[in-house]
Amino acid sequence: MDLSSFIQNLLNALQWGSFYSLIALGYTLVYGVLTLINFAHGDIFMVGAYIAFFVATFFLGMTEGFPGWIVLVLTIPLTMILTAGVGVALERIAYRPLRRKGVNRLYVVITALMCGLILENGNLALLGASRKSFPELVDKVIYTVGTVSMTNLKLAVIISAFLVFLLLQFIVTRTKIGMAMRAISYDKFAVPLMGIPIDTIIVFTFILGSSMAGLAGLLYALSYPILDPFMGAIIGWKAFIAAVVGGIGDIRGAFLGGFLLGFVEILVVAFFPSTFRDLIAFSILLIILCVKPTGLFGVAKTTKI
Amino acid sequence: MQRLTVPLLLGITLIVLVMLSYYNVIDLYIQSVIMFIGINIIFAASLNIVNGYMGEFSCGHAAFMAIGAYAASVLNVFLFTKDRVFGEPLLNPEFSLYFFPFVLLAGGLAAAVAGMLVALPSFKTRGDYLAIITIAANFIVISTIVNLDVIGGSRGFMGMRSVTFAMEDVVDLPWMLIWVILGTFFSIWLIRRYVSSTYGKGIIAIHQDEVAAEMMSVNTNKMKLMAFMISAGLAGLAGGLFAHILGYINPNSFGILKSTEALVMVYLGGMGSLSGSVLAAILFTLLLEGLRFVIPWIDSGLHWLHLLPDDYQVSQVWKWVIIPLILVLLMQFRPEGIMGNKELSDIFPRLKKWYRFK
Amino acid sequence: MTANRASQVIVQKEPRVSMASAEAAHSLMEVRFLTQNFGGLCALSDFNITFTGGELVALIGPNGAGKTTVFNLVSGFYKPSQGEIIFKDRNISGMKPHQVTGLGIARTFQNIRLWPDMTVLDNIRISQHHHLGYSLWDALVRTRKYQEAEGKIEEKAREILEALDLSRFINELPRNLPYGIQRKVEIARALSIQPKLLLLDEPAAGLNSRDVQDLIQLIRWIHDTFDITIWMIEHQMDVVMSLCSWIKVIDFGITIAEGTPEEIRNNPDVIKAYLGDDTI
Repeated sequence: MDLSSFIQNLLNALQWGSFYSLIALGYTLVYGVLTLINFAHGDIFMVGAYIAFFVATFFLGMTEGFPGWIVLVLTIPLTMILTAGVGVALERIAYRPLRRKGVNRLYVVITALMCGLILENGNLALLGASRKSFPELVDKVIYTVGTVSMTNLKLAVIISAFLVFLLLQFIVTRTKIGMAMRAISYDKFAVPLMGIPIDTIIVFTFILGSSMAGLAGLLYALSYPILDPFMGAIIGWKAFIAAVVGGIGDIRGAFLGGFLLGFVEILVVAFFPSTFRDLIAFSILLIILCVKPTGLFGVAKTTKI
Repeated sequence: MQRLTVPLLLGITLIVLVMLSYYNVIDLYIQSVIMFIGINIIFAASLNIVNGYMGEFSCGHAAFMAIGAYAASVLNVFLFTKDRVFGEPLLNPEFSLYFFPFVLLAGGLAAAVAGMLVALPSFKTRGDYLAIITIAANFIVISTIVNLDVIGGSRGFMGMRSVTFAMEDVVDLPWMLIWVILGTFFSIWLIRRYVSSTYGKGIIAIHQDEVAAEMMSVNTNKMKLMAFMISAGLAGLAGGLFAHILGYINPNSFGILKSTEALVMVYLGGMGSLSGSVLAAILFTLLLEGLRFVIPWIDSGLHWLHLLPDDYQVSQVWKWVIIPLILVLLMQFRPEGIMGNKELSDIFPRLKKWYRFK
Repeated sequence: MTANRASQVIVQKEPRVSMASAEAAHSLMEVRFLTQNFGGLCALSDFNITFTGGELVALIGPNGAGKTTVFNLVSGFYKPSQGEIIFKDRNISGMKPHQVTGLGIARTFQNIRLWPDMTVLDNIRISQHHHLGYSLWDALVRTRKYQEAEGKIEEKAREILEALDLSRFINELPRNLPYGIQRKVEIARALSIQPKLLLLDEPAAGLNSRDVQDLIQLIRWIHDTFDITIWMIEHQMDVVMSLCSWIKVIDFGITIAEGTPEEIRNNPDVIKAYLGDDTI
């Protein structure tokens, strides 16, 4: 592969990996705080995309004649807020009661899995099988350097991912609430005893994670305008793989894991038929989990007897 | 004399059902429902070994069913039918009747080998990680089958009908019904014998305290391996039966939704309760079939009450909202399921008089 | 306690080897230069001990001294960073725990680790796993071999429970039993393996004073009745002093003293380790 096609693939991988990263960050935040794999997170991403669709369509109808980017500016925050709302609702209705009862974690994980299925199939049942097409909001501008080309949208996706990561990193390491989040991941019984409202922290975590997923959904819908109810399933699973490979519970791990998976997939598609893409991605997950179950950045926990 | 009560009862059930089918007292639809109940019993009970007794979190059980289904189907079609891909049958189709149990077993063995591969990561990881690994394994199996065009890929595989007809040509009996019922009895018998022995109880010890089990001389790795293999093998058996009832299999019918069905049945019945899995499988299958009728009623009802717009139909997809919802509600209000970890003989002690599986 | 009956049905005690002729006899277990590092932390360094067979020895030291680490190494839960453990002339360092148990080392745990939702009888039966006497096939088909083997397993389990006066709890679940009884069941479970070396990790922990007296009697009875070596970790000094003939003291992973109870009682290093420096 010559240099320019390598760079092209690299840029594509960065863009593709950005989606995984954004979603993986959400998984890792919730896992870090609750030690819960929120299996429904990928479907929150899907819900985010659909919310973006409805919000954008609504604003488009209201702002006839205005340039598309105004709609975009309005859609972004509203999508993130509404998607955060879905995430918080999920937490309050499904996870919190179980947490209160102190049941076996297994039951919460099953609940998460099932909520994901309910979101997917509920969407299919309510909105039907016809796929929604996301409206075009911004004109595509293509930047070319030599034989390497990049659209403004792809660039925006990559930049968003980096900004989000920096923001999260800042929140988790430099703010008080971030410290509380990290404290909960170490010892969730001691934290309330120290006067920290654990429920608030958990809600905040879900708000962060879900709004990121909503943003990812919006960006994805802009990049690949055909929406379908099961889009969250496969992407969600792969983003989850990325989070685990990076070391679940660690933000840097999730961020890097997302791009790593993006690279792997783009490279695979460059050399193998595209039907092998999922197969190879999952196989890599299995191998990494067998060799280093805690992922790249994860820390092994020893059992004490 | 008491020892023979249960086998006698089972034998009578088999003969009654077969005769009712043969004389068409119960139609093909009811026969198929009975057969699906049997398959779901095997499917659920086999997952119960790993998720219930051993307390692991295996979420990709349908993968083993897929392997068993494809292995048995391909073998049968290859051996006994004239097929576009495989050519003329290798053996006389008449022998398909006698070979059928062995083909099913071969499917089960193929699945058991896959179970072994999944068991290996389980030595070092537990809980959530095993869930990921098994779900990934589920995807990988489906993906692999989709990529294997020689057995139909995503279009599916068929030809099993010819095998069933060949069996009926030899002796005119509803053979699939017979095989399913025998398979169900066999699976339950196997699981019961396995878990009631001190050997099998080792997996329960692993569940309750793995460290203590290892320290008290239980070879935990070997036990996990055996448990996964038996569980996967029985799921493969269910898959082989499933394939021959439908006559056509498609890799997408063995995805995460099918695995979810198994999870629902196991947790609905109660982790570590064989009678629970059986009951849950029966209830669940009846629920699924029932929804086929109930949903259109609800649809007409809601339309009649003018609660729904005219162009909206309540479709069968709602089934897949209701089933996960059941499990969510179960987790909230009765996570131990119907039976908890008890058996029927614990709740009705008088039953102990009638059978002792010691 | 039905000592007589127990002696008849369970292993007869062989004449105990006296300490004097220890050099001439074969040692049961030799631990040499056992060292364990966890990352950068050295939990145990150069631990040595030799058992000829039949001793009742204690391992004491302040909290965090590394005592349970020693037991974890000997029972196979950890693989030693350095050093070796020779048991019955075999190097068992790094063997899997279930193999070590199969060779004749059994242990109890600081926090009782019985299987809470299985009957006491099952708890005892499962520890027979290393020599069940039948295969999975036998279990499925219920061959003669299986039935006889299971019969023997159950019989052995009932005997040991009877010997420790626990028969009336046979079908109870451990989580419904008082703590003192659970501790006895755990010891019974360890004994049912017919070990040559019994490791007791703080057996008196959490027991009230009457149960502690019962425990002291029980351990003495086990030691007198069976051909067994008992090695215990214990914090309660009255238990240690009244039972043990030899005591080893460690602190921060290093052996600081060993000797008879009298010697240890008056050893200034030991006193310092427990009570701290007494500088006025």
